[in-house]
Amino acid sequence: MRPPSPSIPEKEFLFAALKQSLRLDGRSPLESRPPILSFGPELGWVECALGKTRVIAHVEAKMVKPPPERPFEGIITIHSEISPMASSEYEIGRPSEEEITITRMLDKVLKRSDAVDKESLCVLAGQRVWHIRLTLHCLADAGNMLDCACLAGIVALKHFRRPDVEVIGDEVTVHPASERAPIPLSMHHTPFCFTFAFFLGETAPILDPSQLEQRLSAGLMSVALNAQRELCVVQKLGGVPLSMDEVLQIVNVAVLKAKELDQLVDARLKEDWVGRNVELI
Amino acid sequence: MSTTVLPGQHVPAQHVNLKLGPGLLQNTGNSRGDASTSASIIATRAGTLNHSANGSKWWIENNSRRYVPAAQESVVGVIIQKAGEGFRVDIGSAQPASLDGLAFEGATKRNKPNLKIGNLVYARVSLAHKDMEPELECFDAQTRKAEGFGELKGGFLVRCSLAMCRQLLDAKHFLLPLLGARFPLEVAVGVNGRVWVNAKDVRETIGVMRCIEAVDPDGGGMDEAGVVDFLKTLGL
Repeated sequence: MRPPSPSIPEKEFLFAALKQSLRLDGRSPLESRPPILSFGPELGWVECALGKTRVIAHVEAKMVKPPPERPFEGIITIHSEISPMASSEYEIGRPSEEEITITRMLDKVLKRSDAVDKESLCVLAGQRVWHIRLTLHCLADAGNMLDCACLAGIVALKHFRRPDVEVIGDEVTVHPASERAPIPLSMHHTPFCFTFAFFLGETAPILDPSQLEQRLSAGLMSVALNAQRELCVVQKLGGVPLSMDEVLQIVNVAVLKAKELDQLVDARLKEDWVGRNVELI
Repeated sequence: MSTTVLPGQHVPAQHVNLKLGPGLLQNTGNSRGDASTSASIIATRAGTLNHSANGSKWWIENNSRRYVPAAQESVVGVIIQKAGEGFRVDIGSAQPASLDGLAFEGATKRNKPNLKIGNLVYARVSLAHKDMEPELECFDAQTRKAEGFGELKGGFLVRCSLAMCRQLLDAKHFLLPLLGARFPLEVAVGVNGRVWVNAKDVRETIGVMRCIEAVDPDGGGMDEAGVVDFLKTLGL
């Protein structure tokens, strides 16, 4: 059973509050919830929380034979598990429209934006390449799960380090972390996703909608970009017409947010790496 | 004084006029026919065991988010469907509850309340049986007066943990008197984890809502001094 849509008083109150530029959790319209990143004992295990929305991302690597059509490229697969644990809206075996949107968007932001250098994952052309598997577990959905999952995924890829390999002739030796320091994945850039919600009438767009805001919004727009102002994905859902100025304004806001987020992610990754006792040779 | 019990554990409740509250079950199926009930009372949920001073009333207190209906509890629900004479109401339990169209003050066959899908109601659970759909009523069955039940107009619905709802109903709890001393507000507390709040101003309603969420043991458990400081930052 899908949960009933929000009640009439909730809807009216939210619209009345947004008309006065007030949000229910005390944020300003273009303020996102501060992301909280925590790292697990393994490299590539990240939990990201945006308010009560929580996603765990986990990266694994193994060596496989590449497909014959792309012998020089490694493989990246994304598994997103959106279970009823996150919210009673999601059901097993019957993906809702929202679920499909999240999965496709993750694929676009993390894989098709070429964040990870696939050619650097090649060990021995046509014989051996790394297969990077990113698993995303959505633990709780309190709105804007897409941004949270994207952030968790990209941070996990940055946090992950693969074992060092040595190739002598046709012989491939994998050095465990105890022998040689593991190597981080070579990344082209770090895209971040920002979702904006739009409402009908004279209401300004809001960043990082909560669950209620997301469900009552007339349209959503997700923008994925990196701190270098390179736009990767723009996705707009819902029927609200937007003028060009509005879209550009949103992109400008997202650029500023991406710069802030990039600094935060780098700082947190550095902090974690310093605290981690990995023997470097 | 309070002990922690787990489901299935025997509870040493004994009194001539024993009353069992939520979480306790008297086993009648396998009783050996004697009058002593001490061995046959078991806990059905985990929590702290409490009893009244003279030992006649026993209950288990715990915190959860999922509501299990119990008779005579007040709840806040959302109308999700009109069904013949009555309505089906989402109260956060496993099944939607049914609310008869005649279970309102002054309702007759001709004059039934006009509730729409999505309206909020404050109601009392009149029937809660584990094998049946819960039933609600919006009046006192004896006096046929509303007693504060009925449709909730305007305001906002706050969702919180079940322990928080019960704390708000406690007259000794600090939060609502503290807020009420600052600005006028209306509150309808359902024990199903939903609290309807209304104040004159949108900012005040948001303030009440954020205070409830901050005090909730699930989301911070702020104390009285914390709330006073928090209200200052909100400018209320």
